[in-house]
Amino acid sequence: MTAPDDNREGIGGMANPGRYGIERVAYWLMRLSGLGLLVYFIAHIHETSSILQGEMGWNELMELTSMPELHIVLIMVIGMCVFHTVNGIRVMLGHGGVGVGKPTRPDYPYTPASQNYRHKITIYSAIVLAAIAMIYGSTVLFGV
Amino acid sequence: MKESHIMKIHYGTALASVGLVAVHILMRMADGYAESLQYANVVANYQFLPYAGLLGIMLILLSVHGFNGLRVILLELRQGPTYEKAVSYGCVAAMIGLIAYGMRTIVMVHMGMI
Repeated sequence: MTAPDDNREGIGGMANPGRYGIERVAYWLMRLSGLGLLVYFIAHIHETSSILQGEMGWNELMELTSMPELHIVLIMVIGMCVFHTVNGIRVMLGHGGVGVGKPTRPDYPYTPASQNYRHKITIYSAIVLAAIAMIYGSTVLFGV
Repeated sequence: MKESHIMKIHYGTALASVGLVAVHILMRMADGYAESLQYANVVANYQFLPYAGLLGIMLILLSVHGFNGLRVILLELRQGPTYEKAVSYGCVAAMIGLIAYGMRTIVMVHMGMI
């Protein structure tokens, strides 16, 4: 007889995006973009404090932030921000009961009513909008 | 505080932040991205009271939202009374620290202490 713990996959099982489809991908992207945006926010508060060092300190910061590598970071931040916003609104509406379907008797194959096409379309839209915003951001930052 | 109340604050701060961040980005785009970041322009932004107020409100909203989000992620990974208290108090302390640090910049530049 196997021990009950042998059946547990732990965090690896929870993280597996293949099993639960695009909803699980959205779950991970939401958390990763949230952490990325928090790191950027803290860095942004720190970098803007360089204005207290006067014009020289500010211009040194501007020189540093005009590096192409940091432009790429900023473009990623734009993408994370747009995805986090659009997917966040979807999650908020879902928590409020919007777009999750009507409660029905659970019959085989037990398809969850809340994981419907409305939410799937919104997740794909969030990814597409984030990509468009990143393209626009790169045209502004790199002056293409 | 009940978790349902915390989530209402989380969603409220999110929606308010979306509007304010849009204004913040539009301020950069209105004058041209590079021009708007010139020293004199940035100082003038800070010294314009409504905009300084907007930066302060945005700092509070994003700090509350960001650190509560971090708290939620950390509580999903592990549970336990001591761990949960440590995470919650740690996130509140970090949030207060970041707000104080950001407010210092806003107030000092607004008052011309540079």
